Amino acid sequence: MRGRIIVRKKPELLDPEGDTIRAALARLGFDDVEQVRVAKVFEVDLPDGGRAVAEARLQDMAEQLLQNPVMEDATVEIDP
Amino acid sequence: MTVAVVRFPGSNCDRDCLHVVEAVGGSAAYAWHQDTALPAGTTAVIVPGGFSYGDYLRTGAIAAHSPICAAVRAFADAGGLVLGICNGFQILCELRLLPGALADNTGGRFVCRLVELSRESDQGPFLSQLPTTLTLPVAHHAGRYVDAPDRLDALAAQGQIALTYTQKTDDGRAALNGSERAIAGVVGGRAHNVMGLMPHPERRAEARLGGCDGRPFITALVKGGA
Repeated sequence: MRGRIIVRKKPELLDPEGDTIRAALARLGFDDVEQVRVAKVFEVDLPDGGRAVAEARLQDMAEQLLQNPVMEDATVEIDP
Repeated sequence: MTVAVVRFPGSNCDRDCLHVVEAVGGSAAYAWHQDTALPAGTTAVIVPGGFSYGDYLRTGAIAAHSPICAAVRAFADAGGLVLGICNGFQILCELRLLPGALADNTGGRFVCRLVELSRESDQGPFLSQLPTTLTLPVAHHAGRYVDAPDRLDALAAQGQIALTYTQKTDDGRAALNGSERAIAGVVGGRAHNVMGLMPHPERRAEARLGGCDGRPFITALVKGGA
């Protein structure tokens, strides 16, 4: 089964990369874009062991390595 | 007495660090990231700058989970002197040996220049011998120190804010990189025995390289670990 860990910068944290992308989008005519935030997506393939177990393991991976809780939040999801 | 210099794939200030330890009269030895113990007789540790593991995931994140870092953590927890420089600072934060985290510079640029710094605390062996202002080189793209406001307050109250950049924005961040409260370095550990800083003291520790402002950090390691 495939799961996904999405790691986002905390909303109060400035995102210079996102700001630069927003400016580039504006130059292409997408000048009504209010904000761009860059996030990371980790796609993880796991042996089939049930959704609840997989979700707990992904959460664990986020906490132990994939997310720095000082500046990032993480959410997990499992493909149906 | 030996100052251990930890090397990861992508470290690039390891030889400079080894050189300056010897230049101030100490002895130094490398530790490899896959080692499970520090060299025999280690009395202090430098985690040097560079781009460990290509900065994959987050700066310092993969290095913090390498075998040698378990030994560095145990050494620090026992009161040993540990200095993390630039990427080494990022690694010590990822290891949770120091509070906070280093985010990308607000300007989006790699900054490489000399900066003026203020010493904000005299806590621990690294800071007690420093002058109140000093000039050191920086070279980083992720030097913006961040943490929650209440944790920054606690850091200030406990004398853990070691160095700040003197050039600030109107809201008190570093003009250089957007660092919260202009923080350039912090100390931690039970005896303020762990220090991390973004500037490079090892690059300004000899008169022929333009100044010696960085030398006290190195002598603190050599003497403190004697």
